[in-house]
Amino acid sequence: MPAEVTGAAANAGTEPKKYRPSRGPRVAPNEEPAAERARDFRPVDTGFTKADAIAEANRCLDCKKPLCMEGCPVGVHIPQFIEKIREEDWAGALETIKQDNLLPSVCGRVCPQEDQCEGKCILGRKGEPVAIGQLERMLGDMADEVGKAPEVKPKNGKKVAIVGSGPSGIACAGELAREGFDVTVFEAFFTGGGVLTYGIPEFRLPKTIVKREIDSLEQLGVHFEYNSVAGRLFTAEELFDEDGFDALYLAVGAGLPRFLNVPGENLPGVYCANEFLTRTNLMKAYDFPEYDTPIKHGKQVVVFGGGNVAMDAARTALRLGADKVTLAYRRTEAEMPARKAEIHHAKEEGIEFLELVAPIEFTAGEDGFVNAIHLQKMELGEPDDSGRRRPVPIEGETIEIPCDIAITAIGTNANPFAGPASGVEPNKWGYIDTDDNGRTSNPRVWAGGDIVTGAATVILAMGAGKKAAASIKETLLAE
Amino acid sequence: MYKILKKTQFSEKVFEFRVHAPRMAKHAHAGQFLMVRINETGERVPFTFANWNSEEGWIEFIFMVVGKTTECLSKLNEGDEIQDITGPLGCPTEIDGDRVVILGGGVGLAIAYPVARTMCEAGKKVSVIMGARTKDLLILTEQFEALPLENLFITTDDGSMGEKGVVTAPLERLCQAGEVDSAFAVGPVPMMKFSALTCQKYNVPIVASLNPIMVDGTGMCGCCRVEVGGKTKFACVDGPDFDATQVDWDDLAKRQATYRTEEAASMKHYEEECACQQK
Ligand SMILES: Cc1cc2nc3c(=O)[nH]c(=O)nc-3n(C[C@H](O)[C@H](O)[C@H](O)COP(=O)(O)OP(=O)(O)OC[C@H]3O[C@@H](n4cnc5c(N)ncnc54)[C@H](O)[C@@H]3O)c2cc1C
Ligand SMILES: Cc1cc2nc3c(=O)[nH]c(=O)nc-3n(C[C@H](O)[C@H](O)[C@H](O)COP(=O)(O)OP(=O)(O)OC[C@H]3O[C@@H](n4cnc5c(N)ncnc54)[C@H](O)[C@@H]3O)c2cc1C
Ligand code: SF4
Ligand code: SF4
Ligand code: FES
Repeated sequence: MPAEVTGAAANAGTEPKKYRPSRGPRVAPNEEPAAERARDFRPVDTGFTKADAIAEANRCLDCKKPLCMEGCPVGVHIPQFIEKIREEDWAGALETIKQDNLLPSVCGRVCPQEDQCEGKCILGRKGEPVAIGQLERMLGDMADEVGKAPEVKPKNGKKVAIVGSGPSGIACAGELAREGFDVTVFEAFFTGGGVLTYGIPEFRLPKTIVKREIDSLEQLGVHFEYNSVAGRLFTAEELFDEDGFDALYLAVGAGLPRFLNVPGENLPGVYCANEFLTRTNLMKAYDFPEYDTPIKHGKQVVVFGGGNVAMDAARTALRLGADKVTLAYRRTEAEMPARKAEIHHAKEEGIEFLELVAPIEFTAGEDGFVNAIHLQKMELGEPDDSGRRRPVPIEGETIEIPCDIAITAIGTNANPFAGPASGVEPNKWGYIDTDDNGRTSNPRVWAGGDIVTGAATVILAMGAGKKAAASIKETLLAE
Repeated sequence: MYKILKKTQFSEKVFEFRVHAPRMAKHAHAGQFLMVRINETGERVPFTFANWNSEEGWIEFIFMVVGKTTECLSKLNEGDEIQDITGPLGCPTEIDGDRVVILGGGVGLAIAYPVARTMCEAGKKVSVIMGARTKDLLILTEQFEALPLENLFITTDDGSMGEKGVVTAPLERLCQAGEVDSAFAVGPVPMMKFSALTCQKYNVPIVASLNPIMVDGTGMCGCCRVEVGGKTKFACVDGPDFDATQVDWDDLAKRQATYRTEEAASMKHYEEECACQQK
């Protein structure tokens, strides 16, 4: 589709022609056929080409009062970067996003856009919103081609320790390194990225992208110390007193899995999604025995939950060779917290959805492995505190589904090392309390991401890292 | 990378590695463990700290060859490097009372030894009961003998060494004589289970060091979950030591066996083609 001539650059010297948006349909993201992609770990879609991006950019109305920006938790200047796409100023477009969002390749792929930027886009009222996520992802992916090396200020002599290399830690590290701080990231695992590496699967977020972000931090001079469990290998006090750090940013996430507490939950074959995904993503169990870490390949798999983690586990099980994957949820699809795109992709790939059921027991076969999950049927009752209608059991109605693997994905709690790793006392739920700038009760310690908010989103974790970096900078440079 | 400074072979299948890890050496405690990933394709496996020296900056662990990873590890030599070692993980062992009995069975002896040594160093009166199916599977006998112990009992199922039978027989005798303030057990599930029952009979507190399968060792995956006192606990962060009278042993035994088939396949694959084998 030829782009209409738009923007000031194209009309230099003459009176700028008024931009007239196209009325074309939303450009589709070049998805791989569902039946094929569901059998390997290739990315679900290949994303936009430049021509796609220009066509999509031409749909944006360039609103005076852009509602889309209100929907973005970090306030990405959406109409501005879209205008630069129309001008084919790829580098400028990327720069514009990066002012607010340091991880466009990641957020473009994993943000719940339908609840955020795209959810607010004015075009969505009558038709389909601008594909902001796809545009952002594409620009992020062009970083090697058009990205400019960031300016790095001269070293200011201050040392900052960052605990955890998830999106929050990465964002904080990047901001501070650019400001001339000497930054060390301590990570418990042997590799960086946090949930981006061990949780979100390859087919949604290729690991090369995560690696590129980490590499670029290393180029900025950020030091990574892997295999370093803060609170066990060292204390926060030691970092300050012995290693000379001036501040600490705690970004350890909230990955401690919750359990259903029903009989049979500990049977072999019953996984918690974190284990299932960690074995696959981080330890590459899909390539066993080339890689040493084993995983069970179920033929009939039942996943319990309705969030992104449940979708990822279900689709991973499919890719490991399951014949049938059932996703069981205690409310209905409308209440599922997962991204709409994931629900759509999961269904397209053949995952069966079973609504309004709650697990009551896992039972085992003669071999001792799980062979069925027993479910209580539910119906929706009165709305609860969150405004969602509460599921209530329908007395006496239970069903049994045979399975050789069951996976639970019902949420997580605070990381157990938050206290010892930061020297800050967690609140009664195990999370760390901070002010708006990420400051904790200890004047040397900041915290952000899931360990402050509870399990949330990549963009919020990233935003918190950025905010804390600004506050750390202000505080340390004033000393 | 973690350099192997020293390799000691205790018997055909039992080795000790001393590894350069200064920070870990400063923070290790008896009963805590580390996780090893030998190389890029390796699995993460836990081993208990056997010894450490913060001045010289090294830690040691003892392992018995039981499968692919430990086999592969045993082929490494002084000067070689292990790609990843993470630790210290888990909570330190705490044993109350002055007169303690340490029970170790099979591979568990590798874990029991550092605990016994630290208890001796702490000035406690330590008795050790070693158990194995047969003589060849008894490990670290000399090392235990070298400790200043009150008593050292050896039992084998087939009577090929020490007394014929299981560890609970000497345990029962000590309990009966009122010579035990508390006990610590590590080994196969039945051995820990019956040690717990014996102690319970005499109202002697007993701690067991549980060894479920682990992946991350930091409380993130839930693989190591065990039922203790009707509650789900994570052995890697809440343990590995728990009140042995409260553990759901059947649950633990079943979970430990989850990957039997895969473990055998891994070993077979390794024997056929693993690169480090040829080294
Ligand atoms: C399977 C899955 C799918 C998801 N999908 C989406 C999605 O589609 N969209 C979205 O927006 N969000 C999604 N999320 C949520 C999102 O990933 C998280 O909100 C986000 O990663 C939180 O970032 P963080 O930096 O706070 O923590 P994390 O990403 O959890 O990173 C914490 C890091 O700290 C390390 N660490 C922990 N303890 C220590 C210690 N003691 N010492 C050193 N290091 C330590 C951990 O190993 C980890 O690397 C998903 C989460 C999961 C699990
Ligand atoms: C907290 C803890 C401390 C330990 N300390 C020691 C020690 O000091 N010395 C020692 O020799 N052994 C120790 N072990 C046991 C040791 O981890 C296993 O022997 C080792 O993982 C076997 O790996 P493999 O590949 O050689 O054998 P495999 O053939 O893979 O497995 C053999 C058996 O080892 C166990 N095992 C396998 N993989 C794991 C895993 N990822 N995590 C835990 N257990 C596993 C299973 O019960 C399995 O049946 C400890 C285990 C735990 C949980
Ligand atoms: S960061 Fe997320 S919410 Fe913000 S514009 Fe980008 S995709 Fe939308
Ligand atoms: S709300 Fe939609 S149409 Fe308006 S500026 Fe934002 S993206 Fe463009
Ligand atoms: S090993 Fe993963 S939670 Fe304990």
